[in-house]
Parts: sequence; structure tokens; C-alpha cells
Amino acid sequence: MTWWRTAWLIARRDLLVEWRSRVALNQVFPFAGIVMVMFGFAIDDTRLMESIAPGLVMVATMFSLLVLVQRSFALESEDGALDALRTAGVSSSALFWGKSIALAAQLAALQALLIVLAVVLYGSSVRPAGAPLLVATWLSGSWGLATVGTLYGGLAAGARGRETLLPLLLLPVVAPVLIGATRAVEAALGARGTVVDGWPWMGLVAVFAVVFCVGGTLAFGPLIEE
Amino acid sequence: MDTVADGADAAKGADPVGAVAPADPVVVLDDAVAVLGRFPALAGISITVHRGEIVWLRGPNGAGKTTLLRLCAGLLPLARGTGRVLGCDLATERDRLRPLVGVLGHRNGLYLDLTVAENVAFWGDTVGAAATEVAAALERLGLADRLALLPVRRLSAGQQRRTAIACLIARRAELWLLDEPHSGLDAAGRDDVDALLRQAAASGATVMVASHEYERAGPLATAVFDIRGGTVMGTAGGSVTAGAVASPRDAGRDR
Amino acid sequence: MADMATGRTTATTATAATRTLGIVTLVGVAWLIVSGLLVSPADVNQGESVRILYLHAPSAWVAYLAFVVTAGASALYLFTKKHSLGWDRLAGASAEIGVLFMAVTLVVGMLWGRLTWGVFWRWDARLTTTAFLFVTYIGYLAVRRLGGTPEQRARRSGVLALLAVLEIPLVHFSVKLWRGLHQDATVLRPNGDVKLDGFMLFTLIFGVAVFTLMYVWLVLHRQRTLTAEDLLDDVGLEIAIAERRGESRPPDLAADVPRSDRPRPDITVGF
Repeated sequence: MTWWRTAWLIARRDLLVEWRSRVALNQVFPFAGIVMVMFGFAIDDTRLMESIAPGLVMVATMFSLLVLVQRSFALESEDGALDALRTAGVSSSALFWGKSIALAAQLAALQALLIVLAVVLYGSSVRPAGAPLLVATWLSGSWGLATVGTLYGGLAAGARGRETLLPLLLLPVVAPVLIGATRAVEAALGARGTVVDGWPWMGLVAVFAVVFCVGGTLAFGPLIEE
Repeated sequence: MDTVADGADAAKGADPVGAVAPADPVVVLDDAVAVLGRFPALAGISITVHRGEIVWLRGPNGAGKTTLLRLCAGLLPLARGTGRVLGCDLATERDRLRPLVGVLGHRNGLYLDLTVAENVAFWGDTVGAAATEVAAALERLGLADRLALLPVRRLSAGQQRRTAIACLIARRAELWLLDEPHSGLDAAGRDDVDALLRQAAASGATVMVASHEYERAGPLATAVFDIRGGTVMGTAGGSVTAGAVASPRDAGRDR
Repeated sequence: MADMATGRTTATTATAATRTLGIVTLVGVAWLIVSGLLVSPADVNQGESVRILYLHAPSAWVAYLAFVVTAGASALYLFTKKHSLGWDRLAGASAEIGVLFMAVTLVVGMLWGRLTWGVFWRWDARLTTTAFLFVTYIGYLAVRRLGGTPEQRARRSGVLALLAVLEIPLVHFSVKLWRGLHQDATVLRPNGDVKLDGFMLFTLIFGVAVFTLMYVWLVLHRQRTLTAEDLLDDVGLEIAIAERRGESRPPDLAADVPRSDRPRPDITVGF
């Protein structure tokens, strides 16, 4: 059983569970949508909203990330499966990649929804020239957030009193993605700056994704160990 | 990182990673202490289990039976003392031990939204089992045909338990650790489990069972350990000598 | 902790080394106060409020030093063969002291900003990164308190500290890039307007040295207290084990449950 097959197996299983239960689809996505609407209530200035739309999208993403990560690990401990998974002798790095891939897929879908909502609710529009930048940021952002979420989620999962640690641990860490992705999306949507300005920011997000991809692969095993 | 593949090969006898000769002890714990938080669930336990035995862990709630099983599975660290399971040192080689062990805990370790077949196939896949082995496991537990395609969430508690046991079979473990395996099962199911465990032991695996089902576990077991207060008492029940190994094979047959 | 080894029941975290260090530090602090508040000149632009710099900059320095020490000690715990818990305790002690100095840096920085430029918070790279470091270390300390054996605590928090080494430069770099978009960097840099030379520079460097000594003194004591706490937990575990084994005795023998024969230590934090 090769490492890649194991990781794929785990990713497939996570996505299959999600597909069957539709928890992310039915609960988390509406939650993100509501957050976007509530920003509208709170800020109440259409011109302002159009220019800060990328920031609001990223903040809504961060909140939803917390929920998705907790869900990702809840399905392990629902029936005591985390123990079983550890006994399975599944290599922890394969487990990490598998869960990250599944989480990244869900995040990507979520962010696509949020961008659509931004266009609908806040009047944003995607510049044709900005489309590649948007896609690149979307992909690298989803992967970066997924790896860091899986990593810290693994630490926070399990014993009681640990789940509440997740926001405290995770939110400071994702700051570079928040900063970088927001600037890149602003450039892509024409809210601020030119498209050319946006690429270095996407680069920042990509660097973050690589750093935590590598760091997470190494650190996940020791962190979920008992 | 092919540890899982190595473990599977060992189970087939190809390369002796973790393999032990027939007479060698499979589990040796010497004054082992395992803590849960700050509480010493196991307070200096010493046991020896030989290959092919079916060991019954007997004792009141809170005695430490579940913790002992988890320790032998390599899921918990040793706080004090030493231990070797299947040739792996519990202090340093827990991750090498895990693929060789099959655990059935209180909860089933199943994914409730997947079907029975998907669950068993998943666990079988982690050790590289063929589809035929998975099918055989399902067949063995009476889960083939219609039931196999139902999501686990929709099964009764007993059927879920059977699914968990099928997952255990699919894992081809050398050491079976079961916590209340009979719970939730009807009489036929319990007979099945007993037969399965005997078969497993006969084919070279070692079985440790924690159970309150005196009528079931008694005839099944070849050795009995009374666990209380995180240590082992002799089955004689009279003098308390911590660390005493329970009376050998015939104890279970006294009933 | 020589006293512990001989089994005497009182012990203190003070040694000749910490006493000397403590005295030197006190003298240094006194001198720093005098020279910072009285002797050194006021700044041309900022006036008297520049004196806060003598508190702010050394605190910031110590905060980052503590962070580096925590990361280094964690690495030493994780990657040396012996996995000596002393490194883990050093990491924990340094993190606690570091959080303290980070809080001081942030508060003093905010006060200084208020005094000099009328704003409590400036979104500059250094202050923001310090704030992030602060929150990260609060998380680190929370993870240390999760419970379990000392080895489990050491492994979890050690990995977390090393991850922080990855993330803090990333955060700093991100914030710097970000503030680069807003041209206020030159106007609002903390000591951008302050010409530091002569006695002021000397006082600043002296302040850094004194604060470092203070940090070392605090960490030494805290690490020893942590060692004592771990030893106490050990003894507590022995007692718990004995009591647990007592559960297996018949009721009439329960009264004779053996207690650990190691004396419960009585630790005082010394000077």
C-alpha cells in the first residue's frame, strides 16, 4: 500500500463522508453566506462594501475554516475512529495529506461560493485580466489554509477542552494568507491596485502554502500522537 | 514509508518484522504504569501473554482493562516500567507495533455515513487486503448482500458491532484486542464472535478480551487475568500479590 | 537542586549564582532608572517622552530573545537523543517570561504612541508582529496546560514552538509588505525621529544588557520552579499509584495503603 494510495484513500473517504452527509454543504456554506449578509447589515455603505469585498470574503473564509476543520476531525472521533486510524498504522504524513486534500477541496468550493456572493451582494466584478490571478490565489489559498487547518486541527482534536483551542491557535497563523489573498483578490477584482500589483501577494500566499505543506507533513505525526 | 506494507508482509510470514517464534511471549509488561491525565489507570502491571492464547481480562469497572488494551495496542505511552509487544518496545517503537494490532474498542471506529462495505474495504485497504478478503470478512459476519450497501448509521447496534468485527478481520492482525466484543450482539452473533476468536487463535494470532460476560468469556479463554486497581491479582482471589501472573490455561475451563 | 537529592524537605530555587545575578541586576536597574530618567538628555523632537524608549526597546529585545530561547530549547528537546526534560522546562519558563515582556512592550509601545503621535496603535510591522507573537505564545502556554505526562507536554509544545519559528517571520514579512503599501513607514517608525548617539545610545544599550540579565534571573528561577513542579507531580504520581494499587486490597487492609516514602518537598522561591 503505497503512501500516495493511502493519502488518496483518506481524502476519498473524507470527501465521501461529506458527500453522503452533506454537512458542509447544508450547514457551513449557509453559515458563510449569512456572514456575508451580516457584513452588509453592519457596514451599510454600498460603495465602501464594493471596495472592501475581498477582505470580507477572506474573513468569512477564516471563520468557515474553523468550522470545517472541526468537522474534519469530528468525523474521526464520532465513533472513536481516530484511535482506530492511529492503530491502522496509517503513516501520519499520508493521513495529513489525505485530510488536507479533502479539506482543500471543500475550502475551494466555499471560496468560489463566497466570490459569487461578493459579486451578487456587494457589486464586485471580476476583471478579465484578473481572472488568472484570482484562480491562482484561490487554489494556493485553499491549499495553504487546508494544510495549516489540518495541522492545528489535529492538535486540537481529541480530548475535551482542546477544541476551543483551535481558534486561538489557528487564526494568528493564517494572518499571512489573510493579508496576501485579500490584496491579490482586490487586484483581481479591480477594488484596489492593478493586476500586476496583485501577483506578488499571490506569491506570498504560495510561499505560505509551501511552508506549511512541508512543516505540516513533518509535524502532524508528533502532534496527533498520544 | 511502507510500514503498513511491511506489517502486512510480516503477517504473511515473509519478513519477520515483529514476528515472534511460537513459544515466545507476545506481550510482556513489567511494572507498567500508564496515566490518563494525572490518573494512573495502570499502576504497575506485570503480565506475560503467549502466542495463540485467548486471554480474558476480568475486573470491575474502572479497573484499567480498557487502558491495558490500549497500551498493548501502542496507543498510550508508558509512564513507568517496561513493555514489549510483538517484539516492539513500547517506549520507542509504538508506531512499528500499530499495524500489527487490531483493536475493537467500546465504540466501533466506523464512519457512520459510509456503507458497511465501504468501511470494511477501507480498513482492509490500509493493510493491502484484496477485495476477496474483504468480501470474505463480510460474508463471515453475515453482512453480505443487502446489508453491505446500507450506511452504517442506519444499522442496529448489533449490526454495527458486526461491521466493526469485520473490519478487524480485514486487518489481519497478529494481536487482537477486544473491549466487550459481545456487547449489543444477539446469541447467534455471540456464537459467531466466539468461533471467530477461536479460529484467530488457532491460526496463530493472539487474543486479549476484556469482558463482563462471564458465561461467554469463561469457556473461551485459555488464561484469565483479574485486573483491579490498575494491577493484576491472582485468580485465586485470596492473597494479593501485585504483579502475579494469573493461573494458566485451565482456569477458564473450570467453569 | 541539590537539596532535593539529599531528601531534605525544604528547598529553594536560589543559589549563589542567582543571588549574585540578582544583585547585579538590581544595581543595573537602579542605574538605568537614574540615567534614563534624569541624566540622559531629552530628545530634540520628542522631548521627555523619548525616555519611554529605554523601557520599550529593551522589553522588545527580551521578548524576542525569549522566543528564540524557547524555540532553541524545544529543538534541543526534540532532536537530542536524551530528550532531557530540562530543555522542555527551559522552553516553558522562557515562554512565560517572554509573554510578560511582550505584554510590557505592547503596553509601553501604545503609551508611547499616544504620547508622541496621539495614537495608541500604529499598524507598523514591529508592533503588529509583537502582538502576533504575544497571541501565539498565549496559545503555546495553553497547550502546555493540556495535561498528560511531562513527555507528552514537551513533545506537543516543542513542535508548536518550532512551528512558531516558521510562522512568525512569515507574519512579519507579510505585515511589512503590507505596510509598505501605506507610505507612513518613515513618519511613524518608533525611533525614526530620534537621533540616538552619545549618552542616549549608551543608555539604550545598557538598558538592553540590564533587561537581559533580568530575563536570565527570572528564567532561572522559573525553570527551577517548573522542575520542582514536575518533581512534585512525580511524587504525586507515586502516591496516586500506591493509592490505586490499594484499590485491589480487601477492605480491612485498605488502612495500610503504603505511602511513598519520599518526603513531600517544600519549595520556596528564593532571590
